Order: sequence, then C-alpha cells, then structure tokens
Amino acid sequence: MINYFEIVRAGINTTFQDNGRKKLFHIGIPLSGAMDQRNFRLANSIVGNKVNNPVIEFAYQGPVIRYRGDKINFVITGDVIFKITKGKKEIQGNSYESYSIEDGDEIDIISTNKSVYGYLAINGEFNLKLQWGSCSTNTKAIIGSNNGEKFKDGQKFEIKKINLNQIGKKIDYINTKIEKIRVIKGTNFNYFSDQSKKIFFEKEFTVSKLTDRMGMRLEGPKIENIVNTNIKSEGLVKGVIQVPADGNPIIMLSDHGTIGGYPKIGVVISADYDKLVQLSPGSKIKFQEINLSDAETLFKLYEMETQNLISQL
Amino acid sequence: MIKNISNLGDAALYCDFGDEVNKDINSQVIKYFRSLKEKNIEGIINLTPSYNKLIISFDLNKTNFKEIKKLVENDNVNEIEMNSVKIIEIPVCCEDTFALDIERLETKLSLKREKIYENFFNKDYFCYMTGFIAGMPFLGDLEKNMRLNRLETPRVKVPKGSIGLTEQFANIYTFESPGGWNIIGNTPIKIFDSSKEENPNLINPGDTVNFKKISLKEYNNFND
Repeated sequence: MINYFEIVRAGINTTFQDNGRKKLFHIGIPLSGAMDQRNFRLANSIVGNKVNNPVIEFAYQGPVIRYRGDKINFVITGDVIFKITKGKKEIQGNSYESYSIEDGDEIDIISTNKSVYGYLAINGEFNLKLQWGSCSTNTKAIIGSNNGEKFKDGQKFEIKKINLNQIGKKIDYINTKIEKIRVIKGTNFNYFSDQSKKIFFEKEFTVSKLTDRMGMRLEGPKIENIVNTNIKSEGLVKGVIQVPADGNPIIMLSDHGTIGGYPKIGVVISADYDKLVQLSPGSKIKFQEINLSDAETLFKLYEMETQNLISQL
Repeated sequence: MIKNISNLGDAALYCDFGDEVNKDINSQVIKYFRSLKEKNIEGIINLTPSYNKLIISFDLNKTNFKEIKKLVENDNVNEIEMNSVKIIEIPVCCEDTFALDIERLETKLSLKREKIYENFFNKDYFCYMTGFIAGMPFLGDLEKNMRLNRLETPRVKVPKGSIGLTEQFANIYTFESPGGWNIIGNTPIKIFDSSKEENPNLINPGDTVNFKKISLKEYNNFND
C-alpha cells in the first residue's frame, strides 16, 4: 500500500521545511528552513523523529489534508486551531499532542491563533528531493521540495517510510507572545540622528501587512538617517534590521537575500527570533537594547528551555 | 587587511576591510573567505564576502563571537594564492529587443551606442562577489565615462540573462527578478545551474570575466 497525504485545500502558504541550507550565502542562496525553529524541533520530537526531519509549515490558514494508507501518527505545533475527522466523528485537536490517523481520515488546519506559523510532523518521512542538502522550499528563489513552490490544491505527497514508535506522546507548552524584542546595536547605528536612536528604543512599532518569509516590515515613527541612506552592498544575516531611505525598518527573516545595501540599525538577538516571526500584522512591538554577553546568556537559557520541553517526552 | 572586527548581532562576525571599493581590498576579502572556507570550521554557518566586508555567521550552540574572532585574527591568509584565477567568456547579444536601456545610456553618458559597446566589450572584469539573487555576479570596474545610477523606478521584471550596468559595476541577472540596473544586452549562457550541487555558479568571486559580442542568430543557436 502506498501511504500519502492528499491536499484537499492547500492553505495560504504551506511548504516543506527543515533546518535550512548552510554554507551557500557566498553564491547567493538563502538559508530558508522552518521560521520558528523551536516549534519545528518540538514537532519532530513529539512524533519520535530526528529533530531535523522535514515537516509541513503553514501560515495563517493551514491545509486540509486527507490521509490515505496505513495507520500513522501526526502532531501539530504552534498556536493552532484544527480538527480531525474520522468518518462521522469529529475531534477538536490540541497542539503538542500526537494523534493517530487511518485511511480516509482528514486533518483540517483551520488557522493559527493570534500567531503566524504552525508545523505538522508525522512519524515518518515524506518522499522529498533534497537540494543542497535541504528540502526547504524557497518560493522566491524557486528552490527546494515541490519544485520550489507552495502546496497546491489536489497535490499528493507520498510517505516513503513510517517510523514505528509508541503513540500518545504530548508535552505541556503554551506559546507566549513577545512584545519586547531585544536588539544589539547594528554596525551602522551611528548613521541615525540622536533623536531617532532614542525613538528606536522608546516608541512602539507595528508589524505591517507587507511581511513574509523574507522580511518583516514595520510601521511607526520614521527613523532619520543623517549620514547616507545607502551603503556598499554587504552580507546580511537573519534578524538584521535595515532602514531604507523611507525610514521604515525592515527585519530580515529566514528567506532574506544574501546581500543588501541599506544601513543596519540593529540585530534581533537569537533568543527572540522564533517569537518574533510569530508576530502577525498589526502586532505592536518595542525594541530593547541589550549587549552581546547578555544576548549569549539569554540564548543558552532559551535552548535549555527547548531541551527541557523535549525531555518531558 | 582587516581594519576592524565587530559583532553583527550575537551570531555573526563583521570583518571590515575599509570603505573603499577596489580590487586590492576585495582580493583581501576573498583571501580570508577562501582560507576560512577551506578550513571548514565547525560551527560556521555562512561566509559572505562582499566588496569590502566579510560576514561570518555561526551556530551559537557550537561556538561564539570570541572564539570565531580569535580564529580569524590568527588566520594566515598569505598562504592563499590568488593568481590561479579562471577567465570566463560571456557571449552577449545587444539587439534592441535585449538592450532595454541603451537609449537612456546614450543620453545619460553622452556617448553613441557604438562607443558604449566598444568600451564595454574591450576590457576584463573582476568578479567582486556573487549574491543578492542566486549566482548573480558583481563585476568591475567600468571606466569613469561609463558610470551611471540605477533607474529612477526599478523594473518589476528584468529578463533572465540581462546584462546590467550601475555605477562602476556590471552584473548578470541569473533569474527573472525585479531590478533597477541599466540593461544593455542579454546572454544565452547559463550563469547559475541549480541542478549542479557542487558548484552551480559559472562565475565566482575572484574570477575574471570578459564579454564577447554575438549576433541574434548566434544567440538563438547558442543552446542547440
């Protein structure tokens, strides 16, 4: 019997993701990978996979999936509203809890709740082609699984292997929302007026609708550049906050282009990145300045917290 | 040499080689890039060389700023040879259907198109970096009388294979993409080949490029 997922409804932005492509920035290939790495790792852990197994990432409205094949387990992570239909029976699903499904059952991922990304993992492996060591789909660069494209209605994805493990695993975890984003000053911090430097760390910004896997655009008080609104193009990393001539900050996210020419006012710390990407348009945020050594400590704590969650299993 | 090393956030090193853009400074950047790439250092996620900067991003679970900074400071780049450069010839067709901005160039540079093409084709270009979109090479330097700014309003779609000019640089659009460079022709050659896992880029930083003018017929027959 061939086991597969039939995509009844694709959802808004549904793709395969893993932990991304590395060592390719110098040729212009972005990192990609699951936006919220903690929820990605939790999804794999709960169904007993290796932590970097490819999973399905969705944003806002997720897919409706009909399952065909032998009994299998799945889990959904993130703050997600979903239901499972087994014949006439309907079950309201809980995130971070694994469920088993059989031939003909359906998973309806209605939406993420006051957040952006959610993950679906199965205790098995989809039949995916790797490109540069990763299956992660980058729809702008047309790279990765599913020919570099989002899921489409009616597509079928074969599951080539089911890993046998015990069912009924779950963890207790609530996604808290972040309001204060901690930031290390950027390499062009002094390109901005004293007034703007102050505003940057004091005033509120709003996440704009023009936000995707490449970048998060912010609206709020304009940041005034007093030196030069362009720099010679140079490398970028995720979390970098660039300010173009219009004065509205843009935060680079996982699919960002490898080089850019706008001044960098700051960089979001690694410990806050997963929570940052979960902010939906309209969310209000404030930036808080932090130094390097505190940022390193906060990352260690964040990683410890993830490990503790995994050790509940 | 590296003038200053600072941190770019908590998971990247910002190596600053100065503000100028020239071949000497860029060669230094590429030396460091090649040397660190060859060493395949545990924990380094990406090395991004550009005109005069090298950004090194790393896995904060495996290493940190202090450790990588020390490695870079102690790196002996003088052992890296730069003279084994590849010379790559890129065929370019400059028919009007491809040379989208040739009239703008004639006006802005106050040069006839014959002179523009003569200047463009009769020289070697140095590849400073690749990126922005996958495989796009940034090539320099154009002569002073060939330099102009980006379009006031960038195109939503620049055709794949387009050769663009801006400031002291020429580039090649490896994909159809938005962009504001002044387009003077198009190449039928594949600059980025995503089916190649090992080295998808035809042109890499440090390589030398020269352009060869071809006819529309040669262009059309190129991939037969």
